[in-house]
Amino acid sequence: MARNPQLNKNGELQHLLTTEGLPRDVITRILDTAEPFAGVAEREVKKVPLLRGKSVFNLFFENSTRTRTTFEIAAKRLSADVINLNIATSSTNKGETLLDTVDNLAAMQADMFVVRHASSGAPYLIAQHLEATGRDHIHVVNAGDGRHAHPTQGLLDMYTIRHYKRDFTQLSVAIVGDILHSRVARSQIHALTTLGVPDLRAIAPKTLLPHDIERLGCRVYNDMREGLRGVDVVMMLRLQNERMQGSLLPSAQEYFKFFGLTEDKLAVAKPDAIVLHPGPMNRGVEIDSAVADGRQAVILPQVTFGIAVRMAVMAMLAGGNA
Amino acid sequence: MSLPDAEKLLADLAAQMRPQVTPDTALVGLHTGGVWLAQRLHALLGLTQPAGSLDVSFYRDDYAQRGLSRDTRSSALPFDVEGRHLILVDDVLHTGRTIRAALNELFDYGRPAKVELAVLIDRGGRQLPVAPTYCATRLDLAEGTRVKLAQDGERLALRLLPEQE
Repeated sequence: MARNPQLNKNGELQHLLTTEGLPRDVITRILDTAEPFAGVAEREVKKVPLLRGKSVFNLFFENSTRTRTTFEIAAKRLSADVINLNIATSSTNKGETLLDTVDNLAAMQADMFVVRHASSGAPYLIAQHLEATGRDHIHVVNAGDGRHAHPTQGLLDMYTIRHYKRDFTQLSVAIVGDILHSRVARSQIHALTTLGVPDLRAIAPKTLLPHDIERLGCRVYNDMREGLRGVDVVMMLRLQNERMQGSLLPSAQEYFKFFGLTEDKLAVAKPDAIVLHPGPMNRGVEIDSAVADGRQAVILPQVTFGIAVRMAVMAMLAGGNA
Repeated sequence: MSLPDAEKLLADLAAQMRPQVTPDTALVGLHTGGVWLAQRLHALLGLTQPAGSLDVSFYRDDYAQRGLSRDTRSSALPFDVEGRHLILVDDVLHTGRTIRAALNELFDYGRPAKVELAVLIDRGGRQLPVAPTYCATRLDLAEGTRVKLAQDGERLALRLLPEQE
């Protein structure tokens, strides 16, 4: 591809589709911009007028209450009008194609699409279609596509790590769990390597690792205690029961025994290591309650920071078009 | 052209404000020059409330044209705005658009009893009905010239800048 489809000719963010290939300067700018947005939630009026009069369409072809809600809150705190479409239960069932749906909503003066889709690449397809038809004033944010990417989750994780640990170039970071099926893991890995993390580890059973994981810059561990030794950051992943095909795992109990994060296993990490989880958590499967509710968990701050990061992304996309 | 001495203007501004403030009055500096000024005025006027700061980027009327500024900072008002006497502080008053944005942002924190405006320099060129309550000096500057406050060690100084675009 001639240029990064996420950036306009001035190198500014046009769509947010993936953290892969996103320049370090752009990632850093998103994180920097999110900081003042975090303060907006502390005020009497938790709103700023940047997206007043703009229409943001949440196009969820796959269900997700939490991600949809955080995008909705972010857009509303920017004063946008938000329209939620759960298309899993809508016109596609009547036979309408993805791009027909997009064209119809564009005809209703949409300014931004937030897209979640079970197929990898669906947000790209929409972005390309909009540009090919001369509607580059409409922006696309990928809210999770298949196994491919979930860039705002990856970015909010970067914001969280930076909040607690400041300098990425000094960190040991472990990503633990079902990396094979995880778009979150992919978005985290690309962002962490771009931001210069020198020691990135992938901890998982062999059956839940993608074959190209080392090429992405991760060192692979199949043992939790070896992989967690001395790390600053532990990024847990959800065991994606709904994406499991065949028998990749013996049982949830067996998985917890070897790969569930317990206080005992966490003890080999640095004493001030932080624990992240993108939610929703399967307690007693990938994470023990004592850790999930413990002093090292930053799982609820992740949710709060996620709203500020999504506000920053939307505000960076929607401005400067005129 | 020679610019006036910022330290002298600051002393004049403090002298104008002193009879009008109470210990509970709060200053709100506008990024960046206004924040430095508010900190200096806070000490000169002996106020008890800490000085606040506003970055009005989220309220600017040129967002649709220019997008969000690259170095947007957090606003911080470390006091209750409700019912308080507030004085917005900025280095240079020009079109009045920054003050419009600041007033809008301020009211998202609460309903102040009174809002006034203190500036070091009024350079004219207003595009909105905004007038300073306290102003150290008026300066006629050619369109295309920009003047800005700078920190020179402990001291404040005025600088001429080339107009952007």
